Amino acid sequence: MSTDTINITLKVWRQKNAADKGRFETIPVSGVDSHMSFLEMLDTVNEKLILEGKDPIAFDNDCREGICGTCGCVVDGIPHGPNKAMTLCQLHMRKFDEGDVIAVEPWRSRAFKVLKDLMVDRGAFDRIIQSGGYVSVNTGSAPDANALPIPMAVAEKAMDAAACIGCGACVAACPNASAMLFVSAKVSQLALLPQGRPEAAERALKMVATMDREGFGNCSNHRSCEAACPKEISIVNIARLNREFFKAGVLSEPI
Amino acid sequence: MQLDGKIPAGPLRDKWDNYRFKAKLVNPANKRKYKLIVVGSGLAGGAAAATLAELGYDVECFCIQDSPRRAHSIAAQGGINAAKNYPNDGDSIWRLFYDTIKGGDFRAREANVYRLAQVSNNIIDQCAAQGVPFAREYGGMLSNRSFGGAQVSRTFYARGQTGQQLLLGAYSALSRQIGAGKVKMHTRRELVDIVLVGDRARGIIARNLVTGEMERFAADAVILATGGYGTVFYLSTNADSCNVGAAFKAYKRGALFANPCFTQIHPTCIPQGGDYQAKLTLMSESLRNDGRIWVPKDPSDTRAPRDIPESDRSYYLEEKYPSFGNLVPRDVASRNAKEQCDAGLGVGPTGYAVYLDFADAIKRDGRDVIARKYGNLFDMYHNISDDDPYETPMMIYPASHYTMGGLWVDYELQTTIPGLFALGEANFSDHGANRLGASALMQGLADGYFVIPYTIGPFLADQGVSEVGVEHQAFADAAAEAAENDRKLLAIEGRRTVRDLHRALGKVMVDEVGMARNEAGLKKAIGAIQALREEFWQNVKVGGEQGNFNLALQKAGRLADYLEFAEVMALDALTRDESCGCHLREEHQTEEHEAQRNDEDFCHVAMWEYTGFGSAPEFHKEPLVFENVELSQRSYK
Ligand SMILES: Cc1cc2nc3c(=O)[nH]c(=O)nc-3n(C[C@H](O)[C@H](O)[C@H](O)COP(=O)(O)OP(=O)(O)OC[C@H]3O[C@@H](n4cnc5c(N)ncnc54)[C@H](O)[C@@H]3O)c2cc1C
Ligand code: FES
Repeated sequence: MSTDTINITLKVWRQKNAADKGRFETIPVSGVDSHMSFLEMLDTVNEKLILEGKDPIAFDNDCREGICGTCGCVVDGIPHGPNKAMTLCQLHMRKFDEGDVIAVEPWRSRAFKVLKDLMVDRGAFDRIIQSGGYVSVNTGSAPDANALPIPMAVAEKAMDAAACIGCGACVAACPNASAMLFVSAKVSQLALLPQGRPEAAERALKMVATMDREGFGNCSNHRSCEAACPKEISIVNIARLNREFFKAGVLSEPI
Repeated sequence: MQLDGKIPAGPLRDKWDNYRFKAKLVNPANKRKYKLIVVGSGLAGGAAAATLAELGYDVECFCIQDSPRRAHSIAAQGGINAAKNYPNDGDSIWRLFYDTIKGGDFRAREANVYRLAQVSNNIIDQCAAQGVPFAREYGGMLSNRSFGGAQVSRTFYARGQTGQQLLLGAYSALSRQIGAGKVKMHTRRELVDIVLVGDRARGIIARNLVTGEMERFAADAVILATGGYGTVFYLSTNADSCNVGAAFKAYKRGALFANPCFTQIHPTCIPQGGDYQAKLTLMSESLRNDGRIWVPKDPSDTRAPRDIPESDRSYYLEEKYPSFGNLVPRDVASRNAKEQCDAGLGVGPTGYAVYLDFADAIKRDGRDVIARKYGNLFDMYHNISDDDPYETPMMIYPASHYTMGGLWVDYELQTTIPGLFALGEANFSDHGANRLGASALMQGLADGYFVIPYTIGPFLADQGVSEVGVEHQAFADAAAEAAENDRKLLAIEGRRTVRDLHRALGKVMVDEVGMARNEAGLKKAIGAIQALREEFWQNVKVGGEQGNFNLALQKAGRLADYLEFAEVMALDALTRDESCGCHLREEHQTEEHEAQRNDEDFCHVAMWEYTGFGSAPEFHKEPLVFENVELSQRSYK
């Protein structure tokens, strides 16, 4: 490993709290080790700000290995930055060059209020799941796990959809700030599996209604969500959601 | 102090049944009158909160993250054990029980471990019913693999994302109860104190992480499911927010802390790059199935690994342990890597790494086969280190991964404070001195779904509905004390940041209280920890303000806890003058460098009682009685 260092300039969004208007602040950063991750670079900037008596930059993160879905900002206009299929915590400074000016902003969406600097409130995602993103089975009432065989190909498709980490990059990438990719991933996972079938129609209706109520926009097939998704969730899931939603409409007459 | 493990009577196989039959039940119509606080929304807390709400209790659940779905359990990769015996390869509840007791080097309670093995099968059923997409065979049946050197295939998995999928299952059950109004969820909240009235837990004080406010919550019982303390080593595979805070506050309020020195160091992690490093990434244990571990024979060898001929390499695990080779247990692999590096044979920029080489496997099976097995891991490694493991060996080094120690609990998972329970990694209960791979997920879900819903009943039925609310003076006092602590931290205005001091503590812990320990080193560590604690309270510079989101202030509080807790860990390691499982005292090794137990003097749970800031804690012990297994010595030659 060679230890190259670069000098960069951050243009980073600073906002004291949800009520504050916010603005970009320019922070020159020198001697950045190119092996650092992007978040480690922010850590070192914060160390310096603290010692200078200034307010450190607030940003969300936890696992730092791309699985918890906590981190995420828009870097140079791209959610999670330039790496394909990776979260922000997996981005390394070797992706940047000497002299780069890097713009860092929070997710922007009516449904995600900015709390401070780069932190947003993604509670709307939780409320969507609370409205139907589950199988209604109480602890203790499950049959033997092998009582219900599931073809491997089906299980794999369900797993593809279940890989969503709920980070919100899809919403940040969409010109309409739609949450369709997020909603469709959960609806698909559960609709594909026999355990989730009994509630599939109702689930789709409830989750879409909550999505609308929370202020997310409509899907108009831009596919930016799919491109931004760190877990490569496919928009095939949106087609599946539409199918479930349509079926639900047809079936909504009394049986 | 009178300690009662409350182990039910009768033969091992019947204890749990006997317990459930004899346990007092809470009248179903009364359940909603009982308020329960669950702190933590990982596998243990999420499962407990959902299940208790299904039973009818009034539940409030808390987590640090912005959503319960992001608890650290999400990061588990490998899998979850259960005694289903679907592969028909000789597994049974008894075998899972025995392997867990033996793996823990005979330092766990038989009754608890047996119950864990018994409920393991229910967990898999429950998760499948929730829609957890476990890996399957072509016929549609669940797929199993052998994990961490087990001789049977009892591990269920969902790609490399088992923890994520299990947690999302628990999160969906929890979400259903939140949606139904049965659980009130408080995200971005950190427990900063436990409120006792008389000797009983009556509620908590939590910091609202967005506003900085200290909020008060009262309840009939408090359940801690707050995870482990691996970040005491600063660098670890744990998530950034992992901490000992909640368990430590319980300890300060009188709960005993058990076996704090039992910590697990995972052998295959990506080594540290520089001082800036904030965490270490785990590379799955499965890599040791095909990778060969080696170092150059000559410490001054500076050639690139591919240019070093076979004759100049030392495959030290294969040489020392011919029958297990690279597949020796975690603690043995970790310790040996450290030994090589301490002897100057380590590689990489810091000298603290060994090679994990796939060249032979690629030659034997072809690149495609290896890519199919480990492609994701290779990509992950490549992205982090900028080295391509198909072309050049990986570099790995051990890192802190899991903590077996935790709050002492009885068979009902109750701590020594009445009304305070502890589940999951936060308690000490099931893994003894060493945890087997794929058993932490099992324990978290066992505690949450299948144990606490039964064992909390008798306590509640006995006590009746609590009359104590947040108006009680004890809440005001605890909240004021917590706010005052914040003010004190911010006012120090010294010259070293929290991160800087945490890094310094981590170094002491890794060097002296890590993979190998000895009397002189532990005594040195205690002095160094005390000095760091003093420096912290005089020279820390926290930054930011009170009354707003302030991560540095949260972290300052967590580090303050670690600076006290680390000393208890070192003291526990010093007092346990034997080796067992992950706890290697260099004075006590077999000729094969294996941990040498001393069952005569140390076949007990060590427990520590808080006696005040800066004063030595008081030692207690719970003797361990083995009626069903014979204590044996491990050997991996
Ligand atoms: C990288 C990695 C891989 C692993 N792989 C495996 C594996 O393959 N198989 C296996 O069995 N085990 C594995 N483990 C171990 C296993 O993941 C954990 O032991 C287990 O998930 C812990 O679950 P938990 O519910 O006890 O705690 P956690 O999941 O850590 O949850 C803790 C919860 O408590 C909350 N909390 C903590 N402190 C406070 C506070 N003061 N106030 C409020 N809330 C608080 C947190 O917000 C969180 O919600 C792995 C661990 C790591 C690090
Ligand atoms: S911090 Fe967990 S995904 Fe980035």
